Amino acid sequence: MSDERVTKLQELVYELRVGEIMHEDVISVSPETPMSELREILRINRISGTPVMRDGSLVGMISIEDFIRWLVKSDGDCRVEAKMTRDVRTVFADEPLIQAVNKLERFGFGRLPVLDRKSGKLAGVLTKGDIIEGLLKKLEIDYHEAEMMGARSSHVFEDIIADSSALLFEYQVPGKDFTRAGACASGLKTTLRRLGIHPQTARRAAIACYEAEMNLIVHTDGGRIEARVDGRAIRIQALDEGPGIEDVARAMQPGYSTAPDWVRELGFGAGMGLVNIDKCADRMEIDSTTGKGTRIEVEILLETEP
Amino acid sequence: MRLEEVQRILEARPAWTVRLPRNGEREVVSCLATDLMSDALTTTGEGSLLLTGLTNSQVIRTAGIVDLAAICFVRGKSPQPETVELAEKMGVRLLVTDLSMFEACGRLYEKGLRAAVGDEGDCRTRE
Repeated sequence: MSDERVTKLQELVYELRVGEIMHEDVISVSPETPMSELREILRINRISGTPVMRDGSLVGMISIEDFIRWLVKSDGDCRVEAKMTRDVRTVFADEPLIQAVNKLERFGFGRLPVLDRKSGKLAGVLTKGDIIEGLLKKLEIDYHEAEMMGARSSHVFEDIIADSSALLFEYQVPGKDFTRAGACASGLKTTLRRLGIHPQTARRAAIACYEAEMNLIVHTDGGRIEARVDGRAIRIQALDEGPGIEDVARAMQPGYSTAPDWVRELGFGAGMGLVNIDKCADRMEIDSTTGKGTRIEVEILLETEP
Repeated sequence: MRLEEVQRILEARPAWTVRLPRNGEREVVSCLATDLMSDALTTTGEGSLLLTGLTNSQVIRTAGIVDLAAICFVRGKSPQPETVELAEKMGVRLLVTDLSMFEACGRLYEKGLRAAVGDEGDCRTRE
């Protein structure tokens, strides 16, 4: 790209008004909309977030990120108002585009509701895609809308990772129930891959998670696994209130197992669980109290670009 | 080695019909023979073939996590319907051979397939 082009773009973000490039035909949802219906609304309209309106007034924003968090927590259906962002940042339609660009960048949002300065009512929504589209149109560069849509949705996950806040995923693991054993690890792997995490790193996290999950199923009446992902690392915690590990040092020895025979028949219980978790982790911690429970925490560093 | 060649060498049959080969025919790069899933998790890699006598759903989950090319059940053990169902859902290729584990390993080795080597270097990237 030539220097003139960059300069022209810089000019444009000051010249263009938000109202000129926002989209006005806004899809919105009511606070009472069930979260379970949100995905369909977002999918059909090919949007990654939408304003929440009550009686014509903006009361919040709900995004695909909120939806994913709700989905992963899987704590039952609820209304959009319980999961939406209430502290909404807005821009006015007559503000220069640069204001919106700065706000999007500063707060890490994917979209901003646009208000009419006089009435205070919602006039439209501005997304990163709208900005690119608006600038391209102004530059008279041909583009394909389909490509724009693809680029927009594929950046959703990059946006999450770029955000300074971490994503938390939680899985409940029922004890002694082998039918779903490994489901949590599979789910975590899929999620990590969708977040754009390197396959090798996602695999290590999934293996550690699988072994921890098997431990919960085999030795306890159930527990929970938490995975926290930020820009630096994946941290997995397995928590239970089970019998605890009597001798952690021995449990860490390859081949040492206290698993009953029925577990061995399933291909586990060969005394490699904790060994494998440690192998996959960059850091591993075990807190265990006999009769109280166990907490295993592992950290897997994300690969940094060379 | 291509998966169809593995199938021919082992005189194996697929446990479910692949409707749409998404990535075409898969390449088998290495092999591990075990009934221990903890070993399979850390020793195999993407594109490995797993020879096993275990037919429960844990085998399929394991395959999904390490991206195995396929699983081949030995001694003619047909997997349970739930196992096949999960494999279909996750796109994991399943074969069944009447050969014993030893015989299956021997034939594949003879044709040039080698062991999956998982070590710490494979599993983690730090020093």
